[in-house]
Amino acid sequence: MDLTLKIWRQKDAKSTGKMVTYPISGIEGHMSFLEMMDILNDELIEKGEEPVAFDHDCREGICGMCSMFINGEAHGPDRKVTTCQLHMRMFEDGETIHIEPFRANAFPVLKDLMIDRSSFDRIQQSGGYISVNTSGNTQDANALPIPKKDADLAMDAATCIGCGACVATCKNSSAMLFVSAKVSQYALLPQGQVEAKDRVLNMVNQMDVEGFGSCTNTGACEVECPKGISIENIARMNRELMKATV
Amino acid sequence: MSQSKFTTIGRKVLMALSGFFLMFFLLQHLTINMLSVVDPDSFNSVSHFMGYNPVIQFLMQPILIFAVVFHFVMGMYLEYKNNKARSVKYAYNKPGTNSNWMSRNMIYSGLVVLAFLGLHFYDFWIPEMDFKYISGHEEEPTRYLVELNHKFQNPIKVGLYVLAFIALALHLLHGFQSSFQSVGFNNNKYTPTIKKLGNIFAIVVPALFAFVAIYHFLNPLHQ
Ligand code: HEM
Ligand code: SF4
Ligand code: FES
Repeated sequence: MDLTLKIWRQKDAKSTGKMVTYPISGIEGHMSFLEMMDILNDELIEKGEEPVAFDHDCREGICGMCSMFINGEAHGPDRKVTTCQLHMRMFEDGETIHIEPFRANAFPVLKDLMIDRSSFDRIQQSGGYISVNTSGNTQDANALPIPKKDADLAMDAATCIGCGACVATCKNSSAMLFVSAKVSQYALLPQGQVEAKDRVLNMVNQMDVEGFGSCTNTGACEVECPKGISIENIARMNRELMKATV
Repeated sequence: MSQSKFTTIGRKVLMALSGFFLMFFLLQHLTINMLSVVDPDSFNSVSHFMGYNPVIQFLMQPILIFAVVFHFVMGMYLEYKNNKARSVKYAYNKPGTNSNWMSRNMIYSGLVVLAFLGLHFYDFWIPEMDFKYISGHEEEPTRYLVELNHKFQNPIKVGLYVLAFIALALHLLHGFQSSFQSVGFNNNKYTPTIKKLGNIFAIVVPALFAFVAIYHFLNPLHQ
């Protein structure tokens, strides 16, 4: 495949960036999108140019590092995949591919396609935990009966990898899907009840402090989420917040 | 960054509650409008009751005005904040692949409805206030149908009303089901039904409002 890449280049957090065009050829359908980026970078290095900086780590869809807004969608045109799991066969020979960083003021661009998602870490630190006795007297987990339905829903919520595709996709740069997944995974389980009230209040407050937008319920986030997190979690977080407020 | 008393979620819950109230008000307004077609005498007597009952005039009317003003001021505020959350926009974006047009353009359908409300107040509310409280006319319990009918003899006005009802339909195609989600109501059992009901409400209610306007245009009363 021969492709034309239009990539956002930005020297550092302070510079203003711009889209730069790169032709690339010899791309195979079985390659992942990141392999294609590696090939581009090899070529740039050979030519003595600055390679394109992008986030990546596990390259198997579990770490949530790889980002990129590809052809107008977070993680590109495929569904329920991260960029490292996106195959080049999703594109056609001769196609132009637009590649931008995930954009939100709460996710400042560090360089090219690399962004700072530490706002997510601060939200998580503000309440995304439970207090457990780890002194050696830890209670056996099976001593607490949990309905299968709740266990499944909590597990589904816990599959969120914190990638930020929901924020990148949302017209409001809202982090509601991420925060609701983190709130839900505890709200559904008995272990989460002790701190339930403070958790939702603190996490939602932190979300607002970081400058994420609010939710218009467009549902775009759940369509683009690589883990299929449902906006039912957002409704649950809204219930949790109302319970904690009144 | 400054923290106000309400979280973003709290604001959306209030947005939904004012939306519920306005949708309920639409049903009540529509019921009375339909009387002007099916039972003109009752239309006159109900209109007279609404116009002179102190509970309606001095309690319900201010609540309604407050709800409308609250809803659009909060709507514009949310839109402003949401817009500010991304200062550098995408050079290339395909929002149509993951969300519908109505949900992304609530502010525009809302602003068209707001412009309509201005016209509607000018047409009906201001003359009413003038009739009752400024010029201080005697009560005339049978004037309403004729007044209504005469106001819809102008084809441009009928056209503007119909346009506004289309915008209202677009607003409610997203707004009806969205308000349930905002107040935390989303489950496998009822949400599909709410979405269907929302579509029916969003199309039938504005269509009937438009029908009443067109009906009076086509059936002028002479006296
Ligand atoms: C009779 C008139 C109206 C009705 C029945 C109505 C109803 C609704 C409903 C049910 C919602 C959904 C609330 C939610 O998502 O929780 C909504 C949202 C909204 N309305 Fe209205 N509305 C009306 C007029 C207006 C007007 C005049 C504006 C003026 C700007 C407006 C602006 C908005 C906006 C911007 C939203 C979306 C807010 C967000 O989710 O970010 N609406 N409306
Ligand atoms: S909710 Fe989905 S899109 Fe958002 S951070 Fe978690 S995994 Fe990524
Ligand atoms: S690199 Fe880890 S999810 Fe893509």
